[in-house]
Amino acid sequence: MIVLGIEGTAWSLSAGVVDENNIILIENNPYIPREGGIHPREASQHHSDSIPDLISKVFSNVSPEEVDLIAFSQGPGMGPCLRIVATAARLISLKLKKPLVGVNHCLAHVEVGRWRTQAENPVVLYVSGGNTQIIARRGNYYRVFGETLDIGIGNGIDKLARHMGLKHPGGPRIEKLAESGREYHELPYVVKGMDLSFSGLVTAAQRLYDNKVRMEDVAFSFQETAFAMLTEVTERALAYLNLDEALLVGGVGANKRLQGMLRTMCKDRNAKFFCPPNELMGDNGAMIAYTGLLMYRHGYETRVEDSAVKPDFRIEDVEVRWD
Amino acid sequence: MKVYLGGEAEVRIHENEVEKIRRQKRYRILELDEILRKSRTKTEAKIISIARRNGVPTPLILDVDGDKIVMERIKGEPVKMVMNTEVSREIGRMVAKLHRKGIIHGDITPMNLILSDNRIFFIDFGLSFIEDRVEPKGVDLHVYFESLKASFDNWRELREAFIEGYREYGGTEDVLIRLQQIEERGRYIERVEQTG
Repeated sequence: MIVLGIEGTAWSLSAGVVDENNIILIENNPYIPREGGIHPREASQHHSDSIPDLISKVFSNVSPEEVDLIAFSQGPGMGPCLRIVATAARLISLKLKKPLVGVNHCLAHVEVGRWRTQAENPVVLYVSGGNTQIIARRGNYYRVFGETLDIGIGNGIDKLARHMGLKHPGGPRIEKLAESGREYHELPYVVKGMDLSFSGLVTAAQRLYDNKVRMEDVAFSFQETAFAMLTEVTERALAYLNLDEALLVGGVGANKRLQGMLRTMCKDRNAKFFCPPNELMGDNGAMIAYTGLLMYRHGYETRVEDSAVKPDFRIEDVEVRWD
Repeated sequence: MKVYLGGEAEVRIHENEVEKIRRQKRYRILELDEILRKSRTKTEAKIISIARRNGVPTPLILDVDGDKIVMERIKGEPVKMVMNTEVSREIGRMVAKLHRKGIIHGDITPMNLILSDNRIFFIDFGLSFIEDRVEPKGVDLHVYFESLKASFDNWRELREAFIEGYREYGGTEDVLIRLQQIEERGRYIERVEQTG
C-alpha cells in the first residue's frame, strides 16, 4: 500500500510517500519568516503558494495512480495553515478517487519514531516549537503525563534567539553557540510534578544577554537548564510508569546536547534511549503518511464532510487500535 | 536493606530509619546539579516539618545533610493493603490540612501513605511545593483519584469518602469546583473503550 501524507501545521510544509516498510520520498518547502516569529497568515500564504509545486514534485517521482491513500495532518496547529493542507488533501483524494485519512500530528511524531527505532512501549518526550509533552501509552490511548504549562520549548528557544539577533531557525544557532559556553548562570528551573514551564526561563535568559553576558554563555546556561528540566520529567515518567525505554521526537530533538543528556540518564537507570534520524525529527510528510497507513489498516477513514481541521486536536482523542 | 530508585532520589530503607539521597545526576552540569539537590532536600525537610506541626502525621526527621534526609521509618501497613472508606476519609482530612497551609503534596497515592497506630502517615514529600493557589490543589486531588482508579474497584466510594473528609474543615469548595474543571479538560477525560 502506497500512502501520500501532507504536513503543514506550522512553518513546515512537507509531503511524504511511504509504504509498509519504507519511506519512498520526502519533499520539504518550509516557510521562513523574513523577520520576527511565525505569522500564521504569512505561513498559510506560503503554504497555499507552494503546495501545487510540492505536490507536482511528488507526482513526478511517484505516479498518482500508484497512490492508495491520502493522509493529512488535521491538527493540532495553526488554523489557517491546517486549512490549506486539508483543502489540498481533499482535492487530491476526490480527483484520484482515493480514500482520505485525517491524522493527529503528535500521534504521527510518536508512531514514526516507534517505526524507525526499535522502541516498543516507550516514554515519549515530544519537543517542538509549540509542543512539549511527556507521552506514554496506557491501554488503547496515548496519554499525556506531563506538558508545558506555558510555551513550547522550541518557541522559547526561538524567542531567545530573536532577542539575541539570530536568524530563524534559532535552534541550531543556539546549539552552536552553547558549544562554546563556559560559564553557567543560574536560571529559573521550573518543574512541577511532570509539568514544566519555560516562559520565566526565557525572560531571565534574555535579561542575561541585556546585561552583556557572553552570547555563548547565555545559550549554554539556557540549554543546560531547559534540557535538564526535560530530562528530569522524562526520568520521572520512567520511574512512575515503571518503563525502561525513552523515545525522543520533534524538531528540538535534533539537538545533540538534549540527546546526550537523555542518553546519559537512560544509561544510569538501565533504560534504552531511542531517537529517529534527523530528517524525521522535525515536522515531515512521511510521518503523516505512515500514521495514515496504520490508521487506515485499522479501520479509520475520514469522509470529506468530516475532514474539518482541528486546531486543538489532542493525541488522547485518538483510539490506538494497533500494537 | 532495600533500595528503591525513584525518578529523583534513591531511597534506602533500613531497620529503623530511611535515608533519602538525591544523588548526583550525570546528565546535568555540576553547578546546576548541586543547586537543585541542596535546595530540594532543604525544601522537602522544611515541608515535612510544617506538615507535622499542623497535625499531619509524618516521619520524624533525624538528620538533613546536604543531599540526604534521614528520617524515622514508619512501621505499619501500606495504605494500598488496608484501603477502605474510613481510611480514604481520613486521607481527605489530612490533605485539607496540608492545603490550608499552602502545601501541595504533588504525589498523593496509596503507595506513599502508611497506616500506623490508626493514623495515616505521609511519608514522601519529594514532589511537594508551597503554593497557595486553587489549581495545584485541584491537581493534587486529581492525582489521588487517578491512583484510586488504577488500584481499587470501589474507587467511586473511596473518592466520595475522601471528598467528605476534605470538606470537613470548610473553605475547600473552590478547590472542588476547580477539580471538576480539571477533569473536564481534554487531557483528563476518561474514554469509554470502543469495540470493533
